[in-house]
Amino acid sequence: MPRSTLPGAMIALAVLAAGFAVAFLVGRFPISIADIASVLWSKVSGAPSGVPASAESVILQVRGPRVIAAFLVGAALAIAGTAFQGLFRNPLVSPDILGASSGAALGAVIGIYFSLGVFSIQLFAFVGGLIAVAAVYMIGTAIRTRDPVLVLVLAGVVIGSLLGAGVGLMKYLADPYNQLPAMTFWLLGSLAAANVSDLVPLFGPVLAGSLVLLALRHRMNVMSLPEEEARALGVPTARLRIAIVAAATLVTSASVAAAGIIGWVGLVVPHLARSLVGPDFARLVPVSAILGGGFLLFIDTLARTMAPVEVPLGILTAVVGTPFFIWLLASVSKTWS
Amino acid sequence: MTIEGRDLSIGYPERLVGSGLNVRLEQGEVLALLGPNGGGKTTLLKTLLGLIPPRGGEARLMDKPLDALSARERAQLIGYVPQVHQGTFAFTVESVVLMGRTAHGSLFAAPSARDREISHAALERFGIAELAQRAYTEISGGERQLVLLARALAQEPRFIVLDEPTASLDFGNQGKVMREIRALAQAGLGVLFTTHDPNHAMRAATRAFLLRDGACLAEGPVAEVLNAATLEQLYRAPVQIMRERDRIAFLPG
Repeated sequence: MPRSTLPGAMIALAVLAAGFAVAFLVGRFPISIADIASVLWSKVSGAPSGVPASAESVILQVRGPRVIAAFLVGAALAIAGTAFQGLFRNPLVSPDILGASSGAALGAVIGIYFSLGVFSIQLFAFVGGLIAVAAVYMIGTAIRTRDPVLVLVLAGVVIGSLLGAGVGLMKYLADPYNQLPAMTFWLLGSLAAANVSDLVPLFGPVLAGSLVLLALRHRMNVMSLPEEEARALGVPTARLRIAIVAAATLVTSASVAAAGIIGWVGLVVPHLARSLVGPDFARLVPVSAILGGGFLLFIDTLARTMAPVEVPLGILTAVVGTPFFIWLLASVSKTWS
Repeated sequence: MTIEGRDLSIGYPERLVGSGLNVRLEQGEVLALLGPNGGGKTTLLKTLLGLIPPRGGEARLMDKPLDALSARERAQLIGYVPQVHQGTFAFTVESVVLMGRTAHGSLFAAPSARDREISHAALERFGIAELAQRAYTEISGGERQLVLLARALAQEPRFIVLDEPTASLDFGNQGKVMREIRALAQAGLGVLFTTHDPNHAMRAATRAFLLRDGACLAEGPVAEVLNAATLEQLYRAPVQIMRERDRIAFLPG
């Protein structure tokens, strides 16, 4: 059904703003909006903020980086999920369909097994995701059929399960008192360790990939048509597919490397965005990114405040995501048939 | 300006579907492609569209080999109307028709005001402008066929190629699509369509191409090519003829 897209976009922006506010304000250490405003203003103006040093450090060193990381990871997973759902012409696809998460998981688990530092583990995870998708892509294009998209998905499933076996092997070999809990924690996803120095390796790839996907969003409608139809409309499908896969993989691998495996965001958020602004990718891609950032801000705030210990994000997104997705299926499945 | 296949072999890497085919389509004429299932109609169509490479011989568009043109250049000259499909996402009819403008904009461009005008005119042309804001997935099969036709027209091509445009339509809509095909040719476009109904070829086409087992059985003006003998040979089934003055209709069996 037609809908004016402005209200939908406004709702997404409101969710994001509320997410930022909640993520900054809620927590064991009380912070007010005025505190945040003065700290930010002092950063701009150079004048002292007048806020107690402890509060300033919570805002700038603890919650600030975590809030930005949550926004970036949520936006990245949602934008990659949106692009892949269009590219694979399937609304049940998520950003890890081509093995980015499984590759990153194996990379990280190997890093933990060899007791590497945090930065090296993240690097291993990032590179693992890229290698996995590159392998899937090469297999997919080496096998020539009339439906390259289907072969790509199947190759992703197969390689993903092989990488899963690799993760299982590393967990089996790992020291059960020390390494195994670290692996498990990483695989469930968390932003607890996010600090300022984590933001740089996250920010670069996410920004680069997202800009490419935003730039190509006007062609994603056509790319969501059957392969031959898209080519008959004048789209260089093979090249465009590589560009979209590369960009989506870049943002997914970077966010998985920074935050571990957080399922559901890349699957659920595009549907929510579609129910707000319709299926046209020109509007869907930016609105998905905004909504994904807001969604993960709420989930991450819940993760660090609902219990005395941090609840892994992957568990929360699944617990929140499953009933939500079932509701979505029942109510707005009309936006894709 | 012509689409042309010279001594064309068609098929896929694992299977040759047909060979020795000579096809020619001029602007302003309508060519109907007839033949039994599995005879190679769709494969020939896709080869002439440049969607699959010829296995031998040459497919040419405006005296250039088809594969020397980019997908974008081909789409500016040939509009393709695939068999009606369901669609995955519930795009509005307007979005679907705007996709026809893809080959006229840059890779990163949003649809321009002119693109919207042309798309709207294409919808008006087929009398479905009031559907513009409806979801493509919610309209009827006949309406979808007209939307896909409007999309092809929005490409502003010289040729339109249709794959079984009447296959999923009710009786009334079949007549409507056939009338539109004739009107497009009168407007100067070259039209190529496949069909299972020789009557559609008889009414809408100027020439017919009969394809069986990947070989051309007969080719020429419909009045010469379409008769009981050729159709019985084409479908290996008995055909009856009904005549009324100078008009003629075919019945199976």
